[in-house]
Amino acid sequence: MQRNHNHPTIVTIEKIIDETPTVRTLVFSDEIMSNVLPGQFAMVWIPGINELPMSIMISKESGKAAFTVRKHGSASTGLFNIKVGEQIGIRGPYGNSFDIKEGKLLLVGGGTGLVPMMRLLTFVKPTDDVTILIGAQSKGEVFFEDLANSLLENNPHQVIVSTDDGSYGEKGFVTDLVEKLVSETHFDAVYVCGPEIMMYKTVQSAHSRGMFVQASLERMMKCGVGICGSCCVGEDLVCRDGTVFDGQHLSSNKEFGHFHRNKAGVLENY
Amino acid sequence: MNQLLYSKLGSLIKVEPSLATSIGQIQLDRPVMLASGILGISLDVFNRLYRSGAGAVVTKSLSKEPWEGYPNPTIFSVKGDGWINAVGLSNPGAPNFAKMIQPNQDVPIIVSLVGSIPEEFEMMIKEFKNCKVVAYELNLSCPHVAKVGLEVGDDPELVKKIVTTVKNTTNIPVIAKVGLGTTHYLNTVSTAIDSGIDAITAINTVRAMAIDVETQRPILSNKFGGLSGSPIKPIALRCVYEISSKYDIPIIGCGGISTWEDAVEFFLAGSSAIQLGSAVGDNWVNVFDEINKGILQYMKRKGYSKITDMVGLAKKS
Repeated sequence: MQRNHNHPTIVTIEKIIDETPTVRTLVFSDEIMSNVLPGQFAMVWIPGINELPMSIMISKESGKAAFTVRKHGSASTGLFNIKVGEQIGIRGPYGNSFDIKEGKLLLVGGGTGLVPMMRLLTFVKPTDDVTILIGAQSKGEVFFEDLANSLLENNPHQVIVSTDDGSYGEKGFVTDLVEKLVSETHFDAVYVCGPEIMMYKTVQSAHSRGMFVQASLERMMKCGVGICGSCCVGEDLVCRDGTVFDGQHLSSNKEFGHFHRNKAGVLENY
Repeated sequence: MNQLLYSKLGSLIKVEPSLATSIGQIQLDRPVMLASGILGISLDVFNRLYRSGAGAVVTKSLSKEPWEGYPNPTIFSVKGDGWINAVGLSNPGAPNFAKMIQPNQDVPIIVSLVGSIPEEFEMMIKEFKNCKVVAYELNLSCPHVAKVGLEVGDDPELVKKIVTTVKNTTNIPVIAKVGLGTTHYLNTVSTAIDSGIDAITAINTVRAMAIDVETQRPILSNKFGGLSGSPIKPIALRCVYEISSKYDIPIIGCGGISTWEDAVEFFLAGSSAIQLGSAVGDNWVNVFDEINKGILQYMKRKGYSKITDMVGLAKKS
């Protein structure tokens, strides 16, 4: 019988990779999740603990996928603490994905926002000239730099790391670097995923110069299928209309970059 | 015979049917509404749903204070069809919500309210005094939160007190949403009617659960939730038919409606408008226009000029 993507499929964690002291990648076997598009997500059930939306990470092995999680709240900490051999439930994939453009590409990722960027890198063509910016607060928080380099070994490319405190790579906010890059070079497409302010500024920098830009948004989610309404941003639902939105569309959204909703649905400032 | 004549006349003079309907004093341009609990926390989304063909939107059930609801998992997809949810009535609270919808001009908004005592409903309604609201819907039927919803609906004395208080607080029409609890729902309907209610929405989700066989535990964090979608449609239809057979009260049908045929079934059973929720999860916001179009074509084919022409027709002997 064909799998109902809304129904949780139970998978077993086979391998855990420690990316930083607070970030882990959990690898599991699942053919469908191994072939999703960049920007798509799964609802991940940690039995007895919670369920949360997770961007689906690539795995080097075929037929496998992963989740890269930073321990933060109770749900993500629950997922972070899962051990090899333990089971989780996954449903999806949900959501749309980045439009794959060709030419000179700029990818901007912060923290676990790098997950869809890594998947996007598996879709670039050998002729694409790819620049990827990895933003982190400090040296200890940097991950996926080697992975990005290895995924891009056949492309003209540049992997640039910036840390807010300057302990590694370039010093400063990644958005300042974005502004500098887009003011000097025309990119055929700019893709961003990370903290909302980072996405907001990146979209502003690129869109104001007429460049094609897309961001993969994150919001508190309950259902993941467009029923509960928790993830609305203005008139858009991240789970159903996104997660990926064009800069053009986002520029007219009054909530993007300014507000998100808490679990009760009350608007809060970023 | 009259029906036949009318139908023939209708097709002769090519009357363009109208989707407009009335539920007692509530006038709507279109009969398909968004049910409570679905998507209802932003005015921008309400506007979008209205543009997408919804005749009205019913808000999430609002409480006096903001409620976070239950932890995830809050929703479960039943194999085959249908959903079980225990979102737990998460909502921003009536005061925040009233502020949010205050700029509303265009969208017919029905404010759903949930509470345990009459005074809570009274206080909440006062919050909306400067808002454009077409009706209030009292949630007497949510099956998965303690002390409210179905637990209130199951208590006839409390239903009487709440409906009486609400009717004394506002001149805007008041609807009671009923469901299947431990008290026979027809008793709840009867109590609400005796207390002055203007219309009935039937039914809410049906208390249910799901267990994962691999991990051997209930899936929803609350263990129990409410079943919605196609599996409950025949039950909801039966309830609408029973209510309309027994009482002279406007009815809004709700439960598993996802196609125009479903909608028409509910009209024929005696409801003058319908609500849907799960179908949005399955077919997204296009579902409203698709159903509207289907109803219109049916009306043309049958020669009806307005929705009320077919309300309750299935009850003919």
